[in-house]
Amino acid sequence: MVEKFSDKALQFAARAALVAFARFISGASVRWIQSQPDVNQRVYFANHTSHLDAIVIWSLLPPHVRALTRPVAARDYWEKGRLKPYLAKHVFGALLIDRTNIKVSRSPVDMMLHEMGDRWSLIVFPEGHRNTGTEIDEFKSGLYYMAKKRPDLELVPVHIDNLNRVLPRGEFLPVPLLSCVTFGPPIWLEAGELKVDFLRRAREAVRRLKDI
Amino acid sequence: MTIDTVAFWIFTTTLMVLTAATVVGQMLRRQTEIGVNPAVVEQFNLRIRSWWLLTAMLAVGSLSDSPQVTVWLFAGLSFWALREFVTLTPTRVADHRTMFWVFFVFTPLHFYLVAKGLYEAYTVMIPVYAFLFIPARTALAGDFKRYLERCATIQAGLMICVYSLSHAPALLSLDIEVAHEKYNSFRLLLFFFIIVALSDAFHYVCEKLLGKHPIAPAISQNKTWEGFLGGMGSASLCGMALYGTTPFEPAEAAMMAAIISSMGYAGGLTMSAIKRDRGVKDYGTLLVGHPGVLDRIDSICFAAPVFYHVTRYLTN
Repeated sequence: MVEKFSDKALQFAARAALVAFARFISGASVRWIQSQPDVNQRVYFANHTSHLDAIVIWSLLPPHVRALTRPVAARDYWEKGRLKPYLAKHVFGALLIDRTNIKVSRSPVDMMLHEMGDRWSLIVFPEGHRNTGTEIDEFKSGLYYMAKKRPDLELVPVHIDNLNRVLPRGEFLPVPLLSCVTFGPPIWLEAGELKVDFLRRAREAVRRLKDI
Repeated sequence: MTIDTVAFWIFTTTLMVLTAATVVGQMLRRQTEIGVNPAVVEQFNLRIRSWWLLTAMLAVGSLSDSPQVTVWLFAGLSFWALREFVTLTPTRVADHRTMFWVFFVFTPLHFYLVAKGLYEAYTVMIPVYAFLFIPARTALAGDFKRYLERCATIQAGLMICVYSLSHAPALLSLDIEVAHEKYNSFRLLLFFFIIVALSDAFHYVCEKLLGKHPIAPAISQNKTWEGFLGGMGSASLCGMALYGTTPFEPAEAAMMAAIISSMGYAGGLTMSAIKRDRGVKDYGTLLVGHPGVLDRIDSICFAAPVFYHVTRYLTN
């Protein structure tokens, strides 16, 4: 696909603006605990508290890692309006997943793995919806099937703190409070580990980052 | 505000003191075997860093002829302090729109009025209009749980971090004449910050050396009567020594320094009480990795409005 130079320049500017905006509005400090930014193929999985989550995690990655990382987002939200589809498609390269019309023949997990190929890393939210309480909800099973089908992927837990106050559910204007994003050490599916055990362990890996 | 010779020398001295303090701080950090508590050294270095930042802000402000630059730099500082304050307080989802008004309407509007020097407007905008608007807007959102507490914390944040702090750059718009000549009020701003910094340092030294009787033991073991009085006394002497840079008589300058020092102390005590209540030690540790602006400017926030009003009264 040949892109015009002006399109590319616009895309570059929009990307820089989005990163600056996300970092400013979230006031996010970023911590890597027993973990380093890397260009290995990874799946970052985080607790989901706000529409800003995906953009903020993506913005906090170092530029060379960010260039290889795509957030997974809900198609019904990001295809509405004019700005959001542009941002999702051209600026942060979101992988849009249909939440309402899931076909058995083409499950979201297969689609994500197909899109990842041997190049991209993904940002996913295994709770499947934004959580309103303080506790992290049960994880959906998608993460388990990804780990099973692609045992080489590093699964990196990410904990997002206080971003739900920056942009709570149902609000469209953000308030610039401070938040904190913590990246933890990668986990993998153990040999013979059951689905419930793995999902519980993954959830615990995210939860424990809050208290470190 | 352009700087004159006096202001220039104040700046130069400040730079030398800060440089010396930075060198000492870095040496203490490297030499671990002398037996100085590393946490104390870390605190010291953080303080020096924040004074560098403030000096840089004032230096940038001094390059411009109008007070606008300084005012807007302080607006940025206010904005950051307010973020920390509100992050610390237990607001609820229903307060979201109120907070949007506080951050994006009242704060910029207030600093706009300060930059324009509209004293009558900015003195009442937050204490009256924002004060009434906040509970009304929060009531509209329809969540009454801990209603008064939530309104009060947002109001307090706006008053301390925005309204009070803004009185420091507001000093620049004071019209003062000394011996029928226009006084360069940038000097007054420098006087204010030097006294705040020295008084903080004296409080600390007196507490460490003499401190025995805590003022409010439940809130802070470190804040003692000895520290308070020693700091205030030393600051007054410094104020008197610096009277030549101010529009005041020597006795007035000493009194002003005493006011700055005691208000600064009150600010530190208040912020300690708030932090105690919320169960954090520093605003910096509230969310790991944040520098904690509010820890550094608590004394400025409390001293600025009082200094401003007494100066206004004395020079009128």
